[in-house]
Amino acid sequence: MTAHSFALVIVFTTFWGLIGIAGPWFVPKDPTAGLIITMLVATAVCCYLFWLIAILAQLNPLFGPQLKNETIWYVRFLWE
Amino acid sequence: MGSLFRSEPMCLAQLFLQSGTAYECLSALGEKGLVQFRDLNQNVSSFQRKFVGEVKRCEELERILAYLVQEIHRADIPLPEGETSPPAPPLKQVLEMQEQLQKLEVELREVTRNKEKLRKNLLELIEYTHMLRVTKTFVRRNVEFEPTYEEFPALDSDSLLDYSSMQRLGAKLGFVSGLIHQGKVEAFERMLWRVCKGYTIVTYAELDESLEDPETGEVIKWHVFLISFWGEQIGHKVKKICDCYHCHIYPYPSTAEERREIQEGLSTRIQDLYTVLHKTEDYLRQVLCKAAESVYSRAVQVKKMKAIYHMLNMCSLDVTNKCLIAEVWCPEADLQGLRRALEDGSRESGATITSFMNTIPTTETPPTLIRTNKFTEGFQNIVDAYGVGSYREVNPALFSIITFPFLFAVMFGDFGHGFVMFLFALLMVLNENHPRLSQSQEIMGMFFNGRYILLLMGLFSVYTGLIYNDCFSKSVNLFGSGWNVSAMYSASHAPAERGKMALWNDSVVRRSRVLQLDPSVPGVFQGPYPLGIDPIWNLATNRLTFLNSFKMKMSVILGIIHMTFGVVLGIFNHLHFRKKFNIYLVSVPELLFLLCMFGYLIFMIIYKWLVYSAETSRVAPSILIEFINMFLFPTTATSGLYAGQEHVQRLLLAVTAMAVPVLFLGKPLFLLWLHNGRSCFGVSRSGYTLVRKDSEEEVSLMGSQDIEEGSTPLEDGCREVTCEEFNFGEILMTQVIHSIEYCLGCISNTASYLRLWALSLAHAQLSDVLWAMLMRVGLRVDKTYGVLLLLPVMALFAVLTIFILLVMEGLSAFLHAIRLHWVEFQNKFYVGAGTKFVPFSFRRLSWKFSDDRA
Repeated sequence: MTAHSFALVIVFTTFWGLIGIAGPWFVPKDPTAGLIITMLVATAVCCYLFWLIAILAQLNPLFGPQLKNETIWYVRFLWE
Repeated sequence: MGSLFRSEPMCLAQLFLQSGTAYECLSALGEKGLVQFRDLNQNVSSFQRKFVGEVKRCEELERILAYLVQEIHRADIPLPEGETSPPAPPLKQVLEMQEQLQKLEVELREVTRNKEKLRKNLLELIEYTHMLRVTKTFVRRNVEFEPTYEEFPALDSDSLLDYSSMQRLGAKLGFVSGLIHQGKVEAFERMLWRVCKGYTIVTYAELDESLEDPETGEVIKWHVFLISFWGEQIGHKVKKICDCYHCHIYPYPSTAEERREIQEGLSTRIQDLYTVLHKTEDYLRQVLCKAAESVYSRAVQVKKMKAIYHMLNMCSLDVTNKCLIAEVWCPEADLQGLRRALEDGSRESGATITSFMNTIPTTETPPTLIRTNKFTEGFQNIVDAYGVGSYREVNPALFSIITFPFLFAVMFGDFGHGFVMFLFALLMVLNENHPRLSQSQEIMGMFFNGRYILLLMGLFSVYTGLIYNDCFSKSVNLFGSGWNVSAMYSASHAPAERGKMALWNDSVVRRSRVLQLDPSVPGVFQGPYPLGIDPIWNLATNRLTFLNSFKMKMSVILGIIHMTFGVVLGIFNHLHFRKKFNIYLVSVPELLFLLCMFGYLIFMIIYKWLVYSAETSRVAPSILIEFINMFLFPTTATSGLYAGQEHVQRLLLAVTAMAVPVLFLGKPLFLLWLHNGRSCFGVSRSGYTLVRKDSEEEVSLMGSQDIEEGSTPLEDGCREVTCEEFNFGEILMTQVIHSIEYCLGCISNTASYLRLWALSLAHAQLSDVLWAMLMRVGLRVDKTYGVLLLLPVMALFAVLTIFILLVMEGLSAFLHAIRLHWVEFQNKFYVGAGTKFVPFSFRRLSWKFSDDRA
């Protein structure tokens, strides 16, 4: 894992960690608090997991994209 | 609001309603909607119950009110429906109301009848006037009229209708005149000709205006006819034929003065009738308007009264016949409210003895109550559609508030479509108090009831669309792609490194139609895209190869985590029902089975993602083959993922193999051992067993059940162990079936989660095809009219997006997400064999007149 990707993982982990772990402390103490806390934690877990799978799948690609020669020309001159 | 995690604890209460206060107490209970009544008179038919007379009276009142409403609607008077519903009427008012309503009904019916009679009369008079007017022209006209029938030779050529000549002949000339339907004229004429053989002369003319038929009320065209005949017998025949054809006959005046007199008389009578009719209609309208003011509240009151009497019919009479006993299910949190409602009711009826209640212990399963608000109601309904939760078991709806929209979004994953769905749902949520929207029926009603579900689904779809990098089938490049094309050119590398790599230059690129980037070339792959799938994959021709691998692995990972979560929720259930042995003998083997096999699969997937890269891609083993080889023990040892893989796999397989018999036999054997009083200890302490008797699983087996909260295990153990039968065979069979289902289900359910991949692929491809077939064709037109062409193309694109991609794909993904929850997730822990708590509440009666008329 490159340093770049490691930093990304840290950033996103903290982001969803804040929502999922720190968020419940800030929920007001009304009767629906249990519901809101469950929703926060579940959202954090689901979204973080989904993002994590997406980035792990691309961390070490075994093969690259196959581009048409037009696309290669376009990408070379417009993106780079 | 109670917790959504479990249903609320309930207790059975007995209400002692004194005869004077019963009605008021029930009215107070109905307003609050706290308790559910149990029917104590189940074997009594509805005609033999105590309050049958009162119910009949209510139904009579309802009938009168329905008639009133019908008349009011017929007269097109607006019927105001009040906002607040009045309480049920006290018994003293009921008689009064009944009298009033009956009097009103009688009056209405009389006035309506009179009105009908008057109108019929009026129509007849109008017909008579027309007839007189038209036949007058007959008589004049017939002077020149060529009769179509044979002339009698004895007559001279004068007009046949010359009165004096007829009388000279000594024959009695009769006339029959009247009106007949336009359609029947020809048949009538033909019949007359056939029957009377030419002894009659018929003349008829059409009336210009259509008149209303007094009997049927239709507006049709009439013909005025005049038949002249000789002789009595012909006269009878003619009259009979006229009757047969439903003609309206009116007396024909013999002289012109008579005719004039009659016409004048008629016109005055018609004028009078018009005035009387107008006055009657005004009076009727007045009566209806006055009734319309109070009809709504009366209808509500009558409905409430009827509901109260239905509930009273369910109570049984006390021995002393002075007190009604009712058994109700009441949530423990509402016991205070129940007491207060009884006190209020007693106070209102002014009785000296108040009604009271006390709770009684029971072995029956109470109904399930889960309090929801407008947000959680939709999700709870989805779970309840599969099965209402058993009493006090874990409620999956709490978690499906997030997991259901999430799994939907994994299958729907498009930023643009998700945003449109989110906006649609937001519109409904912001306008949820709009009366037309909240009362909509059928399809729009379904969407409205699910507005919060749609809102969350749209929101999560936006997120998964971001991760899939799919917005109306196009990717967005927010952070810069991780793939660098220039690095594939030989010019980017020092000549020393170029040796082993297949690099490009301009001629290579121009020659070959497709070229593949090689991540092992330094600089080509610069790191993963920070948020989701790299946008370069959208431009690649081998996009699906990469995406399929990614999505399949993602589906399997999500599925296994979802199912593990289900098994863990089962542990909570076992803890709550105090069956610790279930945790060790059922849940732990289940978890071990699932995790040793499929948890290891997840480990292999992640290991391969982390460890294998482009350099080692040639030797990267296929996960599927490795997984299959784990069970097959092939003779040719493949390289494997990591060192020591064989040993690890053998260990996991051993653990799994040991977990299976524990799952099959552990629980039945343990229960058998308990039942025999721990005889292996040598000391049998009769009755002093810590057996916690049973939950829903063993209901059918043991034949008795008790789920009592708060009672110590000791006394139950004493009571239960002696009196119930222990059917080892049935327990064993149930557990074997459950275990087989679980083990086979693990494999099939994991594969079932692959629908997450399948549907997201279908959605992406449909979206791509729509773009390629419509927008790309429209955008590629180079001429100037291309701009104008783009307008209908965009309209078609929008319409097809909404109908195919949003509605059809949305419904499809919704359905599959529901299936994943109902089957794959819930069969790990959910029993769902309960009944829903249905309180006696006036709020549940329908208040709309449209329902009455339906």
